[in-house]
Amino acid sequence: MVDQATLDNDEPLLVAKSLSKSFGRIAACRDVSFSLYPGEVLAIVGESGSGKSTLLQMLSGQLTPSAGHVSYRMRDGVTRDLATLGEAERRFLFRTDWGFVHQDPAQGLRMAVSAGANVGERLMAVGWNHYGRIRDTASDWLTRVEIDTARIDDAPRTYSGGMRQRLQIARNLVTEPRLVFMDEPTGGLDVSVQARLLDLLRSLVAELNLAVIIVTHDLAVARLLSHRVMVMKGGRVIETGLTDQVLDDPREPYTQLLVSSILPP
Amino acid sequence: MNAPAYNFAYLDEQTKRMIRRAILKAIAIPGYQVPFASREMPMPYGWGTGGVQVTAAILGPQDVLKVIDQGSDDTTNAISIRKFFAKTAGVATTTATDEATVIQTRHRIPETALHENQVLVYQVPIPEPLRFLEPRETETRRMHALAEYGLMHVKLYEDIARFGHIATAYAYPVKVNARYVMDPSPTPKFDNPKMDNCPALQLFGAGREKRIYAIPPYTQVVSLDFEDHPFEPYRFNAPCALCGAENSYLDEIVTDDKGGRMFVCSDTDYCEGRQAAGHHGSLSAAPYKEKAHG
Repeated sequence: MVDQATLDNDEPLLVAKSLSKSFGRIAACRDVSFSLYPGEVLAIVGESGSGKSTLLQMLSGQLTPSAGHVSYRMRDGVTRDLATLGEAERRFLFRTDWGFVHQDPAQGLRMAVSAGANVGERLMAVGWNHYGRIRDTASDWLTRVEIDTARIDDAPRTYSGGMRQRLQIARNLVTEPRLVFMDEPTGGLDVSVQARLLDLLRSLVAELNLAVIIVTHDLAVARLLSHRVMVMKGGRVIETGLTDQVLDDPREPYTQLLVSSILPP
Repeated sequence: MNAPAYNFAYLDEQTKRMIRRAILKAIAIPGYQVPFASREMPMPYGWGTGGVQVTAAILGPQDVLKVIDQGSDDTTNAISIRKFFAKTAGVATTTATDEATVIQTRHRIPETALHENQVLVYQVPIPEPLRFLEPRETETRRMHALAEYGLMHVKLYEDIARFGHIATAYAYPVKVNARYVMDPSPTPKFDNPKMDNCPALQLFGAGREKRIYAIPPYTQVVSLDFEDHPFEPYRFNAPCALCGAENSYLDEIVTDDKGGRMFVCSDTDYCEGRQAAGHHGSLSAAPYKEKAHG
């Protein structure tokens, strides 16, 4: 007998079908299709202007595609087209079953309220009404992302860049989402802080069986975190495959150029 | 121009109709902020331009008007608004809560229980309870529309994290009719329980912000809180120094520069009524009796 968990993992979590988006005459994204399975980490790489951020915004329902659609398997097991979700449902999805980690933590955090409240906000939004429990959960999450719990009542504007990014991750993961979108999560951090953050992300992803769609121009990030890679250029997906395969044995000239532009270690 | 130079209760009839339409809508959707075309009034913003417009729109010749400012009938703001309507509408005015049919208030609800034939009009400086938590008005409107009020609890969380208890003492957020979160204007949280299931109609006018909202009679009004930090009204732990009342909201008055202070009822009408009925406080042997105002 096949148990429910295996069955769940065999069904795609998110399916994109021939997604396109054009802004006037500019086609930012052309005919992108893929399926994402639970627990899978997909990296979207490419240079700036290749359409990766546009794609991410369409996938997360923030931008309506010009053509094609995105469907998502909700927690009740029913797969639904994002375009048919009402605004209330979409926003609810966004603060429960999804996470979105911005490149700039100031966009994803409330800089003026304490770290504890930042983490607790999603819980309070889904109806938690017990201060003690909210606080315990918040401090538990701060520990998990390696922030000293003594800083729980400090506002994130007093935090360093790396801490802010980790706090943003805790804030997103507190409702145990199944899918997290990340837009250049390590951009703007120095190399040692980047390494620590990537390490943390990798263990959290494995531990929570998170599906992640991560947009990055940093191939090292893709190699370290992702199972699969999609390479974009000029709004099209030009190459896709297992991470090691694409990065060790790139087929397309553009991918070869990308890979060879990294300095050898 | 052949418009009459004078109209009953200052505002012209078309303006009153516009305001009444907003009031009707506000009553129909308890706690919802209805936009209205707020007029310039002959007083500065912050002095009750919203409350005055609401009062002007609902006032009839038979009404008896009472105006209080922080519970007091005899402060500048209360006296000028009372005089304003005595002059422009010729209505009877009073300081007795019982006798009034329309009570305009700034920052208090009278101690005397209100009854069904009364309308309480609040002056509101900032109608949006989410204002300092979410700066985008487009976003707060959407949050109201979708009843996303987690952010309101973030404020209460912050209070407890910083002070160990919910330190918000006035403008304490309430949920009206189990739907809209509303700012009860800067009344002390002591007054919040009086709004719940109140027999009188409660109207809120914000002139600068151009919003009107309402609590119809007998509507459920719940103060937000946490299970482990329940809502608690606050009151100085002392009896009134003039009338000895143990359950009224008190003002602290500093009497000298050596730490001397006295606590007296903030509701002057309530305090005077109790003194006239023979109640005394520790400092009630006043050297002379002040002439009643009016």
